[in-house]
Amino acid sequence: MKVLAAMSGGVDSAVAAARAAEAGHEVVGVHMALSKDRSQTRVGSRGCCTVEDASDARVAAERIGIPYYVWDLSDDFHDLVVEDFLSEYAAGRTPNPCVRCNERIKFASLLERAKALGFDAVCTGHYASIRAEGPGGAPSLHRSRNSAKDQSYVLAVMGPEAIGSSLFPLGDMADKQAVREEARSRRLGVSTKPDSYDICFIADGDTRGFLERSLGEAPGEIVDADGAVLGTHRGTHGYTIGQRKGLGLHQPAADGRPRYVLDVRPESRQVVVGAAELLSTSRLLARDLVVFEPLSAGRRVTAQIRAHGEAIPGRIEQLPAGEELLEVSLEQSVRGVAPGQTLVLYDGDRVLAAATLERRA
Amino acid sequence: MVSAGRAYLDHAATTALRPAAREAFLAASDVLGNPTSVHGSGRRARAVLDEALESIAADLGVRRSWLILTSGGTEADNLAVRGAALAAQAADPARSAVAVCASDHAAVLETARSLAPRIAARELPVTGRGAVDPDALDRALADGAVSVVSAALVNNETGILQDLASISAAARAHGAVVHTDAVQAVGHAALPAPGTVDLMSLSGHKIGAPVGVGVLVADPAVPLTAQSTGGGQQRGVRSGTLDAAHAASLAAALHEVLAEAEAESARLRDLAARLREGIARIDPSVRFTAPEDVPQAGHIVHATFPGADQDALLFLLDERGVDSSGGSACSAGVQRGSHVLEAMGVDARGHAMLRLSLGWTSTAEDVDIVLAALPEALQRARAVGSLFG
Repeated sequence: MKVLAAMSGGVDSAVAAARAAEAGHEVVGVHMALSKDRSQTRVGSRGCCTVEDASDARVAAERIGIPYYVWDLSDDFHDLVVEDFLSEYAAGRTPNPCVRCNERIKFASLLERAKALGFDAVCTGHYASIRAEGPGGAPSLHRSRNSAKDQSYVLAVMGPEAIGSSLFPLGDMADKQAVREEARSRRLGVSTKPDSYDICFIADGDTRGFLERSLGEAPGEIVDADGAVLGTHRGTHGYTIGQRKGLGLHQPAADGRPRYVLDVRPESRQVVVGAAELLSTSRLLARDLVVFEPLSAGRRVTAQIRAHGEAIPGRIEQLPAGEELLEVSLEQSVRGVAPGQTLVLYDGDRVLAAATLERRA
Repeated sequence: MVSAGRAYLDHAATTALRPAAREAFLAASDVLGNPTSVHGSGRRARAVLDEALESIAADLGVRRSWLILTSGGTEADNLAVRGAALAAQAADPARSAVAVCASDHAAVLETARSLAPRIAARELPVTGRGAVDPDALDRALADGAVSVVSAALVNNETGILQDLASISAAARAHGAVVHTDAVQAVGHAALPAPGTVDLMSLSGHKIGAPVGVGVLVADPAVPLTAQSTGGGQQRGVRSGTLDAAHAASLAAALHEVLAEAEAESARLRDLAARLREGIARIDPSVRFTAPEDVPQAGHIVHATFPGADQDALLFLLDERGVDSSGGSACSAGVQRGSHVLEAMGVDARGHAMLRLSLGWTSTAEDVDIVLAALPEALQRARAVGSLFG
C-alpha cells in the first residue's frame, strides 16, 4: 500500500512510520504544521508542533529512509479545532480538542488530501487496534493491548470508513517503554523525548488564561442550586462541569463539604455549584452518533466519557430518531458529565459507537 | 507517470558545485597557515587569499580593498544595511531611516526592521510589474533621513530586475548610499556599472562555489560599523580568521560564471521560454508572475496555478522527479504565502505558486521531465485544492 505517515516529531509516530515501512508499504512522512506562529524550540512537555518537532520528525524520516514533507494545515486547524474549542467553551460546553483534531484534521483533512494524492491509507502512532470484526468483515476498532495508553476513545469519532483507511502500527505494543526501546534500536533520535501533555495550541498550559485572552472577560455570578449568590467570576468559560478547584469561593459550604461546578450557563452568565451528589447521574444523553455496527435499544454496552476514564456497564435505552437523542443508562452513576464531551460505547474491547454528550436530563 | 530521471530546477536555492570551484577549494585548503601570520606558512596562505581576492576584484572591476569576505549573502546584506545605517547615524543623528524594497529578500528586509526603534525601516512599494515605484522612492527620500537605500538587482522569487541606475540617482540626490543584493544576478544579468552602487552582496553557492562564503563589495568611502568584532581583520568591520580556501573557490566559480555568462544566459533564456510555452499549453489558466515583457534575469520561471494546492503540487512534482519550490526555501520547510507577490499586489490565495529556476547544469531534458510531470501533478493538486478551497 501507499501510506502517508503523519509524523508529529514524537516517538510514537516515528516508530509507527518505521513499522509501516518495514511492513513493505511505500511510506511518505508528513509533518502537519498546525500552529500559525510556531515556537522555535520545545520547552518541556508542552506543545507539539514547534520547528524543533518538525526537525525531529525529519531526522526520523531520514533514518527510516522515507521522503518527508511539512504540510501547512494551520488554516484548517485554526478554523476547525481552535475556533471550535473557543465557541464550545463560550457556549458553556467542554470540548475535547484532540478528538476534534482526529475527527476533522488527521482523519479528514489529512486523509482526504492523502487519498487525492494517490495514497491508500494514513498511518499514525495512536494506540488502538484495527481488525476486521465489523459487520460482514468490515473494519473494527479495538482498545490497545497497552490499556494504560489506549486511545480508542479519541479515535472512535472517525467512524468505520476512516478507520478502514488507517494504520495504527503501535496497536499491539505492550507498553510505552517498548516503543521507546524500539525507537532507540532503530536510531530514530526521539527515543527519550518526553510525551506531550496538555493542549498543543496552548503553549503555556494555562487553558483558563487562553480562554480569557481569546474570549474576553464576561463577569457573572457563582450561585448554588437554589440560586443563592455565593461569589463572582470573570467568565463562565473558565469553568467546566465537575470542576472543584479554582472556584474562588471564600466561604465554605454550610455543611463543610466540597463544592463542584454543577452547571455552566453562559446565557445568564451563571456558574452553578453544589455538592458532589448533585453532580452524579446514571443517565447519559448524546447527539451526533457515529456507529461501527447496527445498534438496537436494550443492547448491553460499556460507556466511557473521558479519555482516561473507566468504562461503566450500562445499556442503550433509546437510539436517536428525529429530534430524539441517544440515551444510555449506567449501572453506577458518574460525576462530571459535561456537554461537549465525547461518549464512546464499547462491547468488550471493541468500539460500537461514539457520540457527543448533551446536558444532563 | 514517474520519469526515470530527476530534474533539478531549484538553482535559485542553490546550484551545483562547479568542478573548478571544488578543485580550487581542495588545493587552497591544503595550504597550512593563517593568512595574517607573519611567518612563511602565513605568507603562503596569504598569497593564496590575495590571489583569490585579486581575481574576484578583477572580474568585478573593483579594487581588492573593496572586498569584504563573509559567510554568505545574508551576512553581506546584514553588514551592508546595518553597518552602513549605524555608521551614518553615528555621523549624523538625522540619518534615522533606511529604505528597502518591499519585495526584497528577508536578509535585507528583516535586517532593516531589526534597526527599530533607533532607525526606521521604510519599505519601498513595488508596482505590479515588480519595479520599485519611483514616486514612492522620492517620497521616502524627501525628508533626507534615509541613509541607505537597498534594492535587489534580481528578485530571488520572480527573477525581476530593478533599474538600479535610476534608484541610485534618486538615492544619491538625497545623500543616501546604495546597496544591492546581487546574489541572484551573477551570470544571469549585467552587474551594475562601476560607480552605480556603493555596496553589493554576492554569494558563493548560488554560482557554484560551496555554501559558506560570500562577499560584500563595499566602496571604502562608505563608513561601516563592525558587525563582528575581534582581531580586526577586513578593515575591522568583519573580524575572524580569513578563509583562503573558500575565497579561492569563490574566485574560481565567479571567473567561470562571468566568462560564460553571455552564452549561458542565452541558453537558459531559451530553456525558460520552452518551459513557459509548455506550461501554458498544459494549463492555459496559468499566470506567469513576470510576463516576458517585464525586465528579468531569465533563469527563473515563476508561475501561479489557480485552484491548485501548494503543498500538494510540490509533493507531486517531487514524486515525479522534479525538484522545485513554491518560493524561497524556508527554515521550517513550510511553504507560506509570498511577501514578494503580496508586495506586487498579486493575490495568490487559492493558487499554487511554483518557482522553477535554471542553472549551469540545466538541460533540455530537465524541461522535458517537468513538462511530462506537470499535467497529472496539476490535476491532482487541483483535486486537493477543491477539497479545501
